[in-house]
Amino acid sequence: MSHDHGIVVPAPGAGFLPHTVAHHFDSPTQEFQSAKLGFWLFLATEILLFGGLFAAYFFFHQVYPETFRLGGQQLSWKLGALNTTVLLISSWTMAMGVRSAQTSQKRKLLIYCGLTLLGAAIFMVVKIIEYKAKFDHGFLPVFGGTDYDQATHQLSWFKDYHNVMVGVQNPSLFFSIYFTMTAIHGVHVLVGAGLIIWIMVGAAKGRFHANYFLPVDLVGLYWHLVDLIWIFLFPLLYLVP
Amino acid sequence: MTTNAPAMGVATGSHDTVKKNYLEISKGFWSWAGTLDHKRIGIMYLIGVSLALLAGGVFAMLVRLHLWKSTGVLFDNATYNQIFTLHGVFMVFIFIIPAIPGSLGNMVLPLMLGAKDVALPRLNLLSFYLWLSGTCLALYAIVAGGFDTGWTFYAPYSIYTNQAVVSVGLGIFLLGFSSIFTGLNFIVTTHKLRAPGLTWFRMPLFVWAIYATAILQVLATPVLGITVLLVAFERLYHIGIFDPRLGGDPVLFEHFFWFYSHPAVYIMVLPAFGIISDLISVHSRKPLFGYKLIAFSSIAIAMISFLVWGHHMFTSGQSSYAMFAFSFLTFFVGIPTAIKEFSWVATVWKGSIALNSPMLYTLSFLIIFAIGGLTGVILGALNVDIHLHDTYFVVAHFHYVMMGSIALAFFAGVHHWWPKMFGVMYSEFYAKIACALIFVGFNATFIPQFIMGSRGMPRRYATYVPEFEGFHQASTIGALVIGTGVALMVGNLVLSIFTGKKAMQNEWGGVTLEWLSPTPPPLENFYEQPIVTTEVYDYTTLDLRTTQTPCS
Repeated sequence: MSHDHGIVVPAPGAGFLPHTVAHHFDSPTQEFQSAKLGFWLFLATEILLFGGLFAAYFFFHQVYPETFRLGGQQLSWKLGALNTTVLLISSWTMAMGVRSAQTSQKRKLLIYCGLTLLGAAIFMVVKIIEYKAKFDHGFLPVFGGTDYDQATHQLSWFKDYHNVMVGVQNPSLFFSIYFTMTAIHGVHVLVGAGLIIWIMVGAAKGRFHANYFLPVDLVGLYWHLVDLIWIFLFPLLYLVP
Repeated sequence: MTTNAPAMGVATGSHDTVKKNYLEISKGFWSWAGTLDHKRIGIMYLIGVSLALLAGGVFAMLVRLHLWKSTGVLFDNATYNQIFTLHGVFMVFIFIIPAIPGSLGNMVLPLMLGAKDVALPRLNLLSFYLWLSGTCLALYAIVAGGFDTGWTFYAPYSIYTNQAVVSVGLGIFLLGFSSIFTGLNFIVTTHKLRAPGLTWFRMPLFVWAIYATAILQVLATPVLGITVLLVAFERLYHIGIFDPRLGGDPVLFEHFFWFYSHPAVYIMVLPAFGIISDLISVHSRKPLFGYKLIAFSSIAIAMISFLVWGHHMFTSGQSSYAMFAFSFLTFFVGIPTAIKEFSWVATVWKGSIALNSPMLYTLSFLIIFAIGGLTGVILGALNVDIHLHDTYFVVAHFHYVMMGSIALAFFAGVHHWWPKMFGVMYSEFYAKIACALIFVGFNATFIPQFIMGSRGMPRRYATYVPEFEGFHQASTIGALVIGTGVALMVGNLVLSIFTGKKAMQNEWGGVTLEWLSPTPPPLENFYEQPIVTTEVYDYTTLDLRTTQTPCS
């Protein structure tokens, strides 16, 4: 493929690399706007993907309100609130990272990306602590066996060792939804962390600066989406009675 | 539509003839497998979806041959269930949904916009490989025990059946994201990469149709993604969301599934509408009647189609108020569709009609789609649907749309843009015979199914009462005729690459931008940036020399 005649965007100074616009674009602006529009559309698909899960949540919350009330009480709202705070702060550090890229501050970009990465790590560690607690209570679908006993209508993964969910209909359903939603969100956190590492590698080489910061911008948007989805998950799963 | 560049596309001097076209510019496996050129990706899609069509066609043949006798001929019941499921999955997810956007959309859309490529070429290649991976997973599922759920994967059966549902489900997840990325790419390309002067209302209607399709691909497909993912979790972990034994709701699955799969019907058919709109203008050599109406009706269909999914669930026990609304909206979506049909007919009227093979496929489409569309309105009526639900009437209806309309429009488009893609012409004689065989065979296959269905023949049954044997045999003979026609068509097209005579620069006398680029196009499509100064489908701007000059 001939990429040799793309427009070159100069580096703003020493320590930065110039950027070559892809050959099929007429201008850097066209490239920037195309990627930005495409990425917003991608974010829309992410919201719709979670939309299915939110629809399932609202439907079953309506059908089994007692199950969801009692289920929500089994979650630690303190840990949830901690994670919400961590993600909100990481969104701010990410935004500052984008700002640093736009102002060609390489060191600051690396620091803010590192802080965001730290936020992602804290979030995942807290999440694992929460999952471990649920596992100890016999609420985790993945590791507890998946057999269903036709005669007793018992599901082998749902053990409820401490009998906290006795007396409500289909107690496993709340935890199914909790784990499906938070696990898929967790995968997004990990993907986001991977993208931030990729940005840091590029930043160290000096690829991102005032004249070209598109990837930083897009990863920032992705990270805000991950944050935003959690902001909906937290009250729905932990707080709503 | 024309450009200010003099005689674009005509090889007038040494300046042009030394430049290589996209087929010749590089050689070797990786020059194709790793290409970012939208035209080569389009060709790879064309080969891929054609193979999927042939595979799906073989499964269809097996189904039809099995039903020759009321007791069934070829398989036991369980195998029959797998065969019709394979037919459905291959035709819907692997052939029809990617077929037109992936192959012709990729090939033609950037050319029509006067762009050098799609906006996001890497994503475009990723789409293709996602399609390939999804297809491989579906093929793996066949080896790993097959799947017998029908293409709809209805819960709770898809949760309980002892088959390879997880791998095919993940395959569909990947195919879904392939479709999403194609749509996303086309939306961005249409917004950002139009040639100077190419305003929204100067865009060819194929672009409008692909754009409307892309909106649906981006907004509907993620819901299918999460649905098949939940079915997979359901099988792996018993999460119980769709499992009634655990308090889940199978009707919720139906809502999720059809929230995607009804818009998916329009993901399939809108590109076909686009092809027909363009072809009917070119081969009647007349501007489209009601250009803006057709453009807006594509968008209207895309919007309304999000709100009609409940008409697949009239017997599922949803509330009667919901059924009333869904029935009304189903009738309502018929209006923009009818606007298109009327506009096409009005375009042909008093046109200078060239009865070549793309036009014959187009006219066949008009007839078949009228029947397919109107029987859809019949099925949208609540009380009638209760009687016809899950019968061969439904099967015949959607095959009139899926196969008779969409596949025929795809064939029309392939024949129309074939000389553009490869710079060669196939034998018009055999192309016309193939078209006639497919048209006759198609109606012979599915008219008996309308009759059987209205008399109560249920779909998906491996055996049936003997009184339907005559209809089933007529249908099977029709299917054999279609098979002969498709084989002749494919043979004719493939042979033309090796022995076909050179195509003209502008084989059909089109005036949309793709005919103003050299044939076959160079890597960046145009030697100079085209600038559009005239309205769309303005045949007074046609440079007749280009229809007489053999391509380079």
